Amino acid sequence: MITAGVDIGSITAKAAIIVDGEVKGTRVDFTGYNAEQAGRRVLDGLIGELGINAESIERVVSTGYGRNSVKFADKAITEIICHGTGAHFLNPQVRSIIDVGGQDSKAMVVDSEGRVRDFAMNDKCAAGTGRFLEVMARALEVELNDFGAKSLKSDKPSKISSICTVFAESEVISLISKGEKREDIIAGIHDSVASRISALAKRIGVGEPLMMTGGVAKNMGVVKALEKKLKMSIEVLETAQVNGAIGAAVMAARL
Amino acid sequence: MVGKAQEKEKRKMKSAKKMRDIMTNYYIEAKTAGDTGKKVAWITSGGPVEPLIAMDVIPVYPENHGAMIGASKMGGELCEKAEELGYSGDICSYARSDIGCSLVDGGPIGGLPKPDMLICCNNICGTVMKWYEVQARYYDIPLFIFDTPFCHTEYALEAKKYVRKQIDEYTDFLEGICGKKFDHDRMEEVGRLSIEGQQLWQEVLDTAMNKPSPMTCFDAFFFLALIVTLRGTQETIDFYRDLLEEMRGRVADGISAIPNERYRLLWDNLPIWYRIKWLSEKFASHDACLVADTYTSAWCGSLKYMDENNFLDSMAEGYTRIYLNIGVDEMIKIVLEMVDKYDVDGFVMHSNRSCKPYSLGQYDIQKAVQREKGIPSLIIESHMVDERSFSESQTETRIDAFMEMIRQKK
Repeated sequence: MITAGVDIGSITAKAAIIVDGEVKGTRVDFTGYNAEQAGRRVLDGLIGELGINAESIERVVSTGYGRNSVKFADKAITEIICHGTGAHFLNPQVRSIIDVGGQDSKAMVVDSEGRVRDFAMNDKCAAGTGRFLEVMARALEVELNDFGAKSLKSDKPSKISSICTVFAESEVISLISKGEKREDIIAGIHDSVASRISALAKRIGVGEPLMMTGGVAKNMGVVKALEKKLKMSIEVLETAQVNGAIGAAVMAARL
Repeated sequence: MVGKAQEKEKRKMKSAKKMRDIMTNYYIEAKTAGDTGKKVAWITSGGPVEPLIAMDVIPVYPENHGAMIGASKMGGELCEKAEELGYSGDICSYARSDIGCSLVDGGPIGGLPKPDMLICCNNICGTVMKWYEVQARYYDIPLFIFDTPFCHTEYALEAKKYVRKQIDEYTDFLEGICGKKFDHDRMEEVGRLSIEGQQLWQEVLDTAMNKPSPMTCFDAFFFLALIVTLRGTQETIDFYRDLLEEMRGRVADGISAIPNERYRLLWDNLPIWYRIKWLSEKFASHDACLVADTYTSAWCGSLKYMDENNFLDSMAEGYTRIYLNIGVDEMIKIVLEMVDKYDVDGFVMHSNRSCKPYSLGQYDIQKAVQREKGIPSLIIESHMVDERSFSESQTETRIDAFMEMIRQKK
């Protein structure tokens, strides 16, 4: 059976195709203005890449903020359930998941079947999200992809006290003018993101084995800071960013 | 299409129009009080209204008005007016919209009638004291503050004496303003009517124990208006008697509040007034019926302390021990009882940035419910009247995920 999952996030659109219980391929695109088109584009791109027949896809599940805009999907399921399902599919031992995407961060606790038992999401605030890191990268004139490696070089992380994205940005600018090292500032930013996320995660009692998913999981600086804060080790798979799409494709097979 | 319309018609509540008429007449009477020579008192929602009714004073509730402002989606604009004066956006949106409304006579009914006096009972929060002081200065009228000590676990003897003494001060205050003696016989009668009204309201809410439920908490939010504004009157009793009959009739005829009740939920905190319809449709689309709530039951939660043969004394205790004036452990007991009573599958909590006493402690209550009853819970963040604080897509994702979680569990 061939199924597909399409995850439309606030910044990127992801697709995954599963053939007979195995992930055949995944793809990431920018979402842009039109969520439905983004879904079509990323899935068509993946179909082309894999060289499979579009007709052979039996079912599609959409997820993410744009899930209801994907009209060609058979069903829309929230990213909370899809990330739980995806993580459990890739590692059935996992009991907790922290997913940090462009506009929100969430923590989930799942049972031995991968069913979500509890979840918590950030409140109406960009702190502790991918967008927060993007704004900071711009202020520091550093490529976001280099953030993780740079911060791991820091031995004295700066203190970022503000939890508001806008105020934190001006705080970062004043740290730059004080001559603090870039890597220390970046490490400080990661600590501040980690403390927001860990508060959320602790509220619902996350425990090991713990997996981190979403685009921000690619940033090793955040993962390390979070491990330190939670005093737990965190598993990050290659597929972290497309985990929601994989979960959606798994759910599609179960419809 | 015809089928759908018929279906909708069948589910419509006949009492709704009657209540709208009563409320319209009530506001007309209040707004024309200047012509009829009646006095108008503004009073907090948890305040002891019965002495006002006994003295023939028209009670007006800025909080009920706030709910109307919210439901009309006019809260944001009026809150902005208050913010222009320097009031912080973190302050209660009832207070902000009321202060804003006084300035411009805005809102759905062109503002409230000018008060002759203000009655402020702080059993619901501390904000009302500052809010009513602001209005007392603005209208230059007398303010009576009815101070109810917080009851962590019990109603201490000192508290009892302290609150009881204020009832005498309250009646003296009314005598002074109304220029007539306080009629204790009339008071007894009003007390009896108030208790009967509360009993009937409780019975109405109890009909939601039926499966499927004939009403949702969204219906309760609407029908609540009378027990808040006009308790202690015969009209309220007559209305709730009819409403109770209608609900029982619906149960007998198998008319459910939502088309396909598969999941039953409990709501906590005030409604999100500007999103009632959206929320009720959203939950109904998941076959979920919010059968009960901690909010509307607050207007009959003190019945256990009330004694119609000793109304004023028992009223002192009843008004002091309301849901918002007790410790979190006591609140947890009430919530756990409701989970069992209405046999719910999940718990929806509105973390209401407007109402601090209601929202503080919610995480502890949530944990207790999960621990004791093992049912999932959801927290929605908002301000009850200020629609600028509501994020639809975030809320939608939370509700969808919460319902998916309940479905996976059941």
